[in-house]
Amino acid sequence: MLPVKEIFPQLYQQTVNMIYHRPVVKWLRSHILLLSTLILTGNGLYAQDGHALFQANCASCHSPFKDVIGPALKGVSERIPDKNLLHEWVHNSNKVLASGNAYFKGLYAKYNTPMTAFGSQLSDPEIDAIIKYVETAQPPGPPPTANGTTPAPEEDNTLLYGILTLILAIIMFVMLQVNSSLKKLSDDKEGIPAHEPIPFYRNKVYITFGILVLFIVGGYFLTEGAIGLGRTKNYQPVQPIFYSHKVHAGINQISCLYCHGNAWESKHATVPSLNVCMNCHAAINEYTQGPKLIREDGSEVNGTAEIEKLYSYTGYDPKTGKYTKPAKPVEWVKIHNLPDHVFFSHAQHIRAGKVQCQTCHGPIQQMDEVKQFAELSMGWCINCHRTTKVNFPDSTGAGNKFYSIYERFHNDLKSGKMDSVTVESIGGTECQKCHY
Amino acid sequence: MSDKKYWQSFGERTQSETFRKSTENEFSEDLPLDGLDGKGLLDAKTPRRDFLKYLGFSTVAATLAASCEIPVRHVVPYVNKPENMIPGVADYYATTYISGGDVVSVVAKVRDGRPIKIEGNELSSITKGGTSARVQASVLDLYDTARLPYPIQFMDGKIQEVSTFEAFDKLVGDALQAAASAPLVLLTGTITSRSTKQIISDFLAKSPAGSRHIQYDADSYSGLLLANEATYGKRAIPSYRFDKASVIVSLGADFLGTWLSPTEFARNYAQGRKINEKNPAMSKHYQFESIMSMTGGNSDDRYTHRPSETGAVALALLAELGGSVTAPALPDKVKAGIKAAAKDLMANKGKGLVVCGSNDPNIQIVVNAINDTIGSNGTTIDWSAPVQWRQGIDSDMNGLVADMNAGKVGALLVYGVNPAYDYYDAAAFKTGLKKVKVAISFNDRLDETTELVKYVLPAPHFLESWGDAEPKPGYLSFMQPTIAPLFKTRPFEESLLKWSGNNSTYETYFKQYWLGKLGGMDAYESALQDGVVEPKTPPAPAPAAFSGAKLAEAAAAIAARKKGGALELALYQTVSMGKGHQGNNPWLLEFPDPVSKASWDNYAMVSPKFAKDNFDIDITDRRQADKYEVHPEQHVILLKTNGKQLKLPILIIPGMHNDVIGVAVGFGHQSADPDNTRNYYGRAAHGAGVNAFPLATWNGTTIEWSAPDLSFEKTEETYQVAVMQTHSSYEGRTQAVKELTLKDFIKQPGEIPEDREKELKPFGGLKDFREQGTLYPDYQLERPGIKWGMSIDLNSCVACGACVIACHAENNVPVVGKSEVLRYHDMHWLRIDRYFSGDPNDPDTIQTVFQPMLCQHCDNAPCENVCPVAATNHSSEGLNQMAYNRCIGTRYCANNCPFKVRRFNWADYTGADSFPNNQDQTTVGHLDPVVFQMNEDLTRMVLNPDVTVRSRGVMEKCSFCVQRLQEGKLNAKKENRTLKDMVDIRTACQQACPTEAIVFGDANDKLSRITDMRDANNDRLFYALEELHVLPNINYLAKVRNTDVVRGVTEEKPEAAAAEKHA
Repeated sequence: MLPVKEIFPQLYQQTVNMIYHRPVVKWLRSHILLLSTLILTGNGLYAQDGHALFQANCASCHSPFKDVIGPALKGVSERIPDKNLLHEWVHNSNKVLASGNAYFKGLYAKYNTPMTAFGSQLSDPEIDAIIKYVETAQPPGPPPTANGTTPAPEEDNTLLYGILTLILAIIMFVMLQVNSSLKKLSDDKEGIPAHEPIPFYRNKVYITFGILVLFIVGGYFLTEGAIGLGRTKNYQPVQPIFYSHKVHAGINQISCLYCHGNAWESKHATVPSLNVCMNCHAAINEYTQGPKLIREDGSEVNGTAEIEKLYSYTGYDPKTGKYTKPAKPVEWVKIHNLPDHVFFSHAQHIRAGKVQCQTCHGPIQQMDEVKQFAELSMGWCINCHRTTKVNFPDSTGAGNKFYSIYERFHNDLKSGKMDSVTVESIGGTECQKCHY
Repeated sequence: MSDKKYWQSFGERTQSETFRKSTENEFSEDLPLDGLDGKGLLDAKTPRRDFLKYLGFSTVAATLAASCEIPVRHVVPYVNKPENMIPGVADYYATTYISGGDVVSVVAKVRDGRPIKIEGNELSSITKGGTSARVQASVLDLYDTARLPYPIQFMDGKIQEVSTFEAFDKLVGDALQAAASAPLVLLTGTITSRSTKQIISDFLAKSPAGSRHIQYDADSYSGLLLANEATYGKRAIPSYRFDKASVIVSLGADFLGTWLSPTEFARNYAQGRKINEKNPAMSKHYQFESIMSMTGGNSDDRYTHRPSETGAVALALLAELGGSVTAPALPDKVKAGIKAAAKDLMANKGKGLVVCGSNDPNIQIVVNAINDTIGSNGTTIDWSAPVQWRQGIDSDMNGLVADMNAGKVGALLVYGVNPAYDYYDAAAFKTGLKKVKVAISFNDRLDETTELVKYVLPAPHFLESWGDAEPKPGYLSFMQPTIAPLFKTRPFEESLLKWSGNNSTYETYFKQYWLGKLGGMDAYESALQDGVVEPKTPPAPAPAAFSGAKLAEAAAAIAARKKGGALELALYQTVSMGKGHQGNNPWLLEFPDPVSKASWDNYAMVSPKFAKDNFDIDITDRRQADKYEVHPEQHVILLKTNGKQLKLPILIIPGMHNDVIGVAVGFGHQSADPDNTRNYYGRAAHGAGVNAFPLATWNGTTIEWSAPDLSFEKTEETYQVAVMQTHSSYEGRTQAVKELTLKDFIKQPGEIPEDREKELKPFGGLKDFREQGTLYPDYQLERPGIKWGMSIDLNSCVACGACVIACHAENNVPVVGKSEVLRYHDMHWLRIDRYFSGDPNDPDTIQTVFQPMLCQHCDNAPCENVCPVAATNHSSEGLNQMAYNRCIGTRYCANNCPFKVRRFNWADYTGADSFPNNQDQTTVGHLDPVVFQMNEDLTRMVLNPDVTVRSRGVMEKCSFCVQRLQEGKLNAKKENRTLKDMVDIRTACQQACPTEAIVFGDANDKLSRITDMRDANNDRLFYALEELHVLPNINYLAKVRNTDVVRGVTEEKPEAAAAEKHA
């Protein structure tokens, strides 16, 4: 994958411009789309593969490779060859225990924790997918390296163009000087009385031109600067705990909603409460196998020490497995801030709009400490609303039925008068969609 | 119909000069060009150069300030998040509003742990989801900064905190021990809670012999209770079924505003007022009264009489109905009214209902006899479920005060009542209180009574409490806490438990009690969840055995009553303040009274004739109307009766009886040392009106809110009264309301559509008006999807004002204080306009129309195209949207709005900005303390986090509760379905309305209620000021009055001409 900070200073400039320059917008649209597609492939929120299911349902008590709260799962299909029995166990462990199965009774005696009864939450094929994953999983090796899907970095031609312009300007200046000298020469020849030559720095045409250029360039930077006031793109504060999204969401593939589940229901995504962390970290108490964690300043982070920080906040004693001290909340530094007069709902975007988290938060699965990826400016919001298609229901039953009231749009779509309905066409750029 | 003349102000009626001038200006003030004095700009106080300097400096300063470091914000999640709590999503808890004895089942909206809005509980069959202004405002009382934060005791007149409840229990235990030689008295309002009653009786059983519980209601219904005991054999009040009554006669009962159970009655009353166009019929409402009440304004025929004649009116009505009494002498007009009412009552036997607001048992006995004669006993008067609130008997209280003064009371425990303020003989109560050995109060603040007792243990607000209520037998309503107690408070019940040796908390007691009564955990939990438990099948209406034995005696007593003098006094309650139990509530204090449209004060309501005779103000004369109306300074008069006196400003109210002065109770809270009021009772209440309770009189059995002998003195003083009705004018356009009589409506149902057609003929007629009335294309027609629309039925609206306060709470509408209201700076997004018609000099001819007026969300909005920065524009869903952050405050839009519904925020009333200078009183003018009360951190907890708090310099107005629209749409999208009409989305005003006058929904949806409403009521449908082609998205349904007489038709013209000549 492409390191974000290399490409984005350039993108930033263009994003600022795009409200004003439509051709640029079009250019950018295609780039943004391309980029988001690249970022998102292979990392859907709801990938129904065994790995994701394992992370979402089992990982808080089980590891494929070592015994934690429950036994290591690798080799489970050898230990329990009867698939139906295994399904039964996952669906309703109490029933299996009650039936007197010796193997499971032994397990229960060993771990002294009942297996969660998943009931209908996991279907049989899903359980099979999980088993397939744990059997094929490899113990984590060295950190994955960049693979071949990364597009080549695009070259920044600004400097080239700038130099070219400068050279052309100098050439033009020289030519003009030459021209005036030649004119003077020819005038001399023809006997036309010559004016006192005016040096170029006193030539009013040059001065006016210079002032104009200064005004335009200065005005441009002033406006840019003023617009940028209060914006905090690339903001990456130091957090009380070095929490790596790369390790959690990237390497371990934990679904975003496992921790930020509030985003499904509410306008706030919220930082998860500590009890959510402890779901897994009651068992996972060291960081040994993942890639090295490096801070922005280059210093190395001791992952295990960071996990211990969590224990000190929660008052958990990993040796005894008990909460022995009073807990206190973590004061995280808030990164994504919207002004108070903006209403933004996460639920609206991810649930009704089916927008991926990464569209606004960037390649979060690659960030150790999170930084603000998007500009979070109004122009940025509006541009997305202009291009994003609404999840209109179609004849197959897919899409959101709420939009069935837009009869005329449906007819136009059918007749080919419209090729798609964007958020803008159903009023998504009107003031009171976000400001009230 | 169309030539009926309406007027909101006297100036409008006479078309006075000032009135006409005022219609030209939306804003009353001139631009603040001080110090110019015609000397040219350079010599002015702020010359051009200074201006440029300031401009440059502030630009640079702003740039520097803005580019300085951005503050670091933190996000602090829970350690252990409660499982069912989702930050940002509101939870709703069923609970019960109990204040001053009123009981209303409600649902509290709780956002992130803070209750921010009250809605009615639709599962309650009594109120069916209706609320009142006071219920809506009660959430603000929770965050009142004047509440006592901890238990206190007075030591040598100084307040001293008692650090723990144990210490308090010890203090009180010792004190009660020392006072055990004499009986203890528990003084409360009417208590309907079974568990509390149980606790009280257990407590009294362990108290000294002779201890008792006295229920005291300042708005007493003793007369009714005693009369019912005399005639029906039960000391109880039946349920009144206004929905089953087709003829309603009210003898001075303001049953839609303040009498007994207004929310319930308004809802039921409106059932009989809704018109089915195919078969038009409606109830007939006669009102006989002395003052101009809100209920009187809604009535079909209204007759005025003196308060001392109430008994005579009742007797005459009974006589007319064939009762064995003789009709006393009455004015002819009233007699004619009685005759008409009697005729209708006789023609509708079993479907009539007569109610009376008097507190004289004799009059109520006669009224009972009337109801028995017309067959309403068992039909419209339902004894199957008598009401259980308002059980106080005045003679009990009278006896208590006598006992206290005789030193016969050892300890007095006061809870939820304030007799030092609202008892007619408060002085006697106060002297008696000094003779009581131990006095303890459980009231939430240092009110007039509480500041006189030694020990105070504040009880929590109802939103912080467990509890139950039983408004009618078998109809239970439960309370559960919606927030942890904000202060160190303890429930009154818990104290009683502790002091009677039971160490359980009230919470445990309550749970155990109801687990036992309801039969198990499931029933208990579902009772708390629903908030109500009611009989599965409501009991059939039942009569009670009537005995007329006492009738003759009562008639004789009425005949022997003292005749009134030249002038009489009538006390009344306003819908907002009631008897003053929520006296420090800024929303209620700023609420304009439906009839007088005055806020922040009480006043003496006088008739135009009184004003002419005594102050030489002839409001039918245009110059004098101006003199009276344009200046808020009003003459102050000194009222004297029974040796008591009161200074009040006068307000001229058409419809007042000529010999009656009306004064509202519930205002004028004041501590013993008036300087303490601000800290003790609250900043908002300080200086708001005067207390009129002392003017009530004792008739030997009960307290009456009238005085037959009133004299007055003129004073040289004047006093400013903040009247809002003149603030917004329609520039002489009077067709904002439409009204017709039932008879005309039946005879000529198409009158309104035909009128509209005629008026719009030159512009394409009704059908093509939308397109042909303008040069421009109509973009709205092309928009698919939702189109919001509202319908307001003027026949159902009773002007109770629940919607106005609901709008305040939902939309963070600021409170501006009296001095700002006087400067026309009131901020109500929704107001209820009041129109009079008729002859101001003849109170019986006054007909009143109320019209809720809010942003009409015009599709062709005049405000939108004058905004230089496009801060107000139109949405595809038909909303006239307002982007506050874009607004630069030119106020062009407000100037161009024909309905005058836009409000300009002059002074950052809610403290939205971090710039402290926004409320600098040297630049924005004097702001009242109440504005700063609303700015306190605690009070600001009531703000709705989904609605922007507007700052200074922006225009604001009704948004159709866009936050609710967005939320409703999102909920539908989340569940992958279309919108459920009337379920997903209801505006705050619609939800609060007890009469369902407001219908809101998607007008593009063929099956929605709003479409149905518009289709089914085509003959009454109209748009306000339709001829302007502003194309409102709100339609009104015309008022139909069930009367034969249309008042105020072309009668002013000769007078006006005469006045012109004089001038």
